[in-house]
Amino acid sequence: MITLHPKHPFKAPVDAECISPDVFAEKSAKEIAALQIWEGNRKRTLSGLFKIKHENDSSSKEFTIRICGDVSKVRKIGAKMSKGNIIVEGDAGMHLGEEMKGGVITVTGNADSWTGSMMKEGTIEIKGNVGDYIGASYRGSTQGMSGGKIIIHGDAGYEVGCFMRKGLIKVHGNIGKFAGIHMRNGTIFIQGNSEGRAGAQMISGKIVVCGHIPSILPTFTIDNVRPKVKVNGEKVEGPFYRFIGDLADGGNGKLFVSKTKNTHLNSYEEYL
Amino acid sequence: MDIAIKNGKIVKKVNAKKAKIIDALGMTVMPGGVDIHSHIAGAEVNSGRLLRPEDHVNDVEVKTALTRSGVGYSIPSTFTTGYRYSRMGYTTIMNPSMPPLEARHTHEELDDTPMVDKATYPLLGDWWFVLEHLRDDLIEECAAHIAWMMTATKGYAIKIVNPGGLESWSFGRNVQNLDDPVPNFNVTPREILRGLCKINKLLNLPHTIHVHTNNLGKPGNYVTALETMKCVEDLAEGNRPVIHITHCQFCAYKGSDWRTLSSGAEEIAKYVNHHDHVTLDMGQVIFTDTTTMTADGPFQYGLYNLTGNKWVNHDVETETTSGIVPFRYKRKSSVHATQWSIGLELALLVKDPWKIYMTTDHPNGGPFTAYPKIIAWLMSQVARKKTLSKISKRARRKSLLPSIDREFSFYEIAVVTRAGQAKALGLTQKGHLGIGADADVAVFNVNPEQVDASKKYKTVRRAFKKAVYTIKGGEIVVKDGQIVKPVFGKTFWIDVKTSLPMEVNDDLKRKFREYWTVEYENYPIPESFLHVPAQISVKAEI
Repeated sequence: MITLHPKHPFKAPVDAECISPDVFAEKSAKEIAALQIWEGNRKRTLSGLFKIKHENDSSSKEFTIRICGDVSKVRKIGAKMSKGNIIVEGDAGMHLGEEMKGGVITVTGNADSWTGSMMKEGTIEIKGNVGDYIGASYRGSTQGMSGGKIIIHGDAGYEVGCFMRKGLIKVHGNIGKFAGIHMRNGTIFIQGNSEGRAGAQMISGKIVVCGHIPSILPTFTIDNVRPKVKVNGEKVEGPFYRFIGDLADGGNGKLFVSKTKNTHLNSYEEYL
Repeated sequence: MDIAIKNGKIVKKVNAKKAKIIDALGMTVMPGGVDIHSHIAGAEVNSGRLLRPEDHVNDVEVKTALTRSGVGYSIPSTFTTGYRYSRMGYTTIMNPSMPPLEARHTHEELDDTPMVDKATYPLLGDWWFVLEHLRDDLIEECAAHIAWMMTATKGYAIKIVNPGGLESWSFGRNVQNLDDPVPNFNVTPREILRGLCKINKLLNLPHTIHVHTNNLGKPGNYVTALETMKCVEDLAEGNRPVIHITHCQFCAYKGSDWRTLSSGAEEIAKYVNHHDHVTLDMGQVIFTDTTTMTADGPFQYGLYNLTGNKWVNHDVETETTSGIVPFRYKRKSSVHATQWSIGLELALLVKDPWKIYMTTDHPNGGPFTAYPKIIAWLMSQVARKKTLSKISKRARRKSLLPSIDREFSFYEIAVVTRAGQAKALGLTQKGHLGIGADADVAVFNVNPEQVDASKKYKTVRRAFKKAVYTIKGGEIVVKDGQIVKPVFGKTFWIDVKTSLPMEVNDDLKRKFREYWTVEYENYPIPESFLHVPAQISVKAEI
């Protein structure tokens, strides 16, 4: 196991694509210390910004990187990783686990926007809140998250799961606007409330809102009332209104919304 | 054989003791490449760049001591465009579609495209004044008008895109054939084509009319392409071409819908082989992710409906339209694979390489950086077979390629990539290494006398990817595929001398005031606006 402690609070964003078990596993302590990293527009080495501690940990077979301290300015931690673990004890910066192909990232604090964007496999678990575009595609691209799991225990921001193609995003707290925008497939589960416009331009996939939602987009049509819904094999008790959309894009996505928490939507029942 | 260069020109002899000598023994020496049709600058290209951050993210060029940073891939930034062309030994690029209203923007970007000489064609086929003049059969007045437009926009040739169709598109319609009248103007595509072809001759413009046909990109459109060529057949004099059908692959489709799509290359090639008034360029499709952009608004709308991708559609006031749709050509799609096959069939079936030129209609068929691949396909049946084995089965069954055993020689490649294009453009000082030509030279690391391109197509592809030397205007600008000296290229523009000046009356000014966002007085671009202007004067017959 390798532990990283930031030597000083970062003012400029740090681009740390190299903090990944894939990179560390093949390198000696010396090589790891010399890894190149950008702080703002300055080239630094990993040891210049972080105190690096090597520990022999026989409890886990997987290679583990532990980051202790505030790394909310450090971007791309675990980007493109395919194995091992990263544990961030504190807040993590943007693009956490971008394009990751495997392994596990755990953050005890908050994470910023673009967490798990374009990820293909693996698990990201955030104990705190996250920013926008979780599991989304790159700007302009239509290739969003295509596998894996993102579990958020706090709240999430806007456009979560933009262009998502496969996998699961679970938000235990509340979620911002446009959850599952352009969604192609996969599942988004929201335990808390949604700010609305969920599923805009979705083609397929499933969004489950267990809390309150102000309104359903007019391009969604009510289809059914279901007593429960399956999320990743687990049953969630309802009842739920099931909406189909986004019809503006010829979509056939499923939007499940809790019936009990959304009494203002009962006027839809007359169309059943 | 030695090629002597002095003061940016190729000369008979120089003092060998004082001269810098480049030993190109065992290499291929060609004139600098000329691209007759490549969308590299202007409002449309720039909108494409803005539309596609995902196109740039994985293709970044870092700045060096000599070059600027930039991005690719299908729509590279201006400087990167210049560098990439130069690295492949190209020295002259034609930007084929410029709405006259966007001329200023286009020239600003062309000025920022280093390393190459360039020029741009204003879109005149759906310009209101042209339509009105042609409706009233005022050919000479229209010619005077276009002469003014060439000077005002610093243009090089008359570009016609989907004649009549673009004006119709402004009202949500399109024209279906050459005799379908344009709404509100009562003029047909045939009249537009013939009128502008006559005007092109009257003005003695160095290039012919540059035509993107009606019904482009629709199954069964090879008939329209043939009709378009036939409609100006009688205007030809001798064996001089009078019409250039651009990105011909996109208008060589047989069939009634996408399922039954097949190649019309044979029919088009047959016609072109028997007639001298037509030149073509390929518009070859490459299997890659690219960005389609044309002034053909209705075509782009169709493409958007087909793909459901993000898109841009624009109505450039009274002049033209435009559209942009990102597109991915897939090997396993029978339509895309058939398109790929048609492009090559055209090039191989047209017997005379001076009649068809190599382009991808960058970036519509694919980025220009794929040219070495096309060269390999043209030169080697093995290379074609290899790609054929990977494409959709249905497309493979329909393809004519297995029945064609023609393989281009190095000489023919030199024709389709430079000499032919320069000749079609009327650029007498480009595309050859004769005395008096501009000293634009490309040296490639492949020995044409020893390398059997048919088998060693990979060697050829590698060689054309990176020129050993690119010499531009007598200066070494690229060495071993690296830029060693950044230079500005010239911008060619046509100054047409007419005895009959355009009539500037109050009616014209009123129209500008009422219909354009730019006043008549602010419309022309002064020569001083261009970084390195290169005026070409021609004397018109009016």
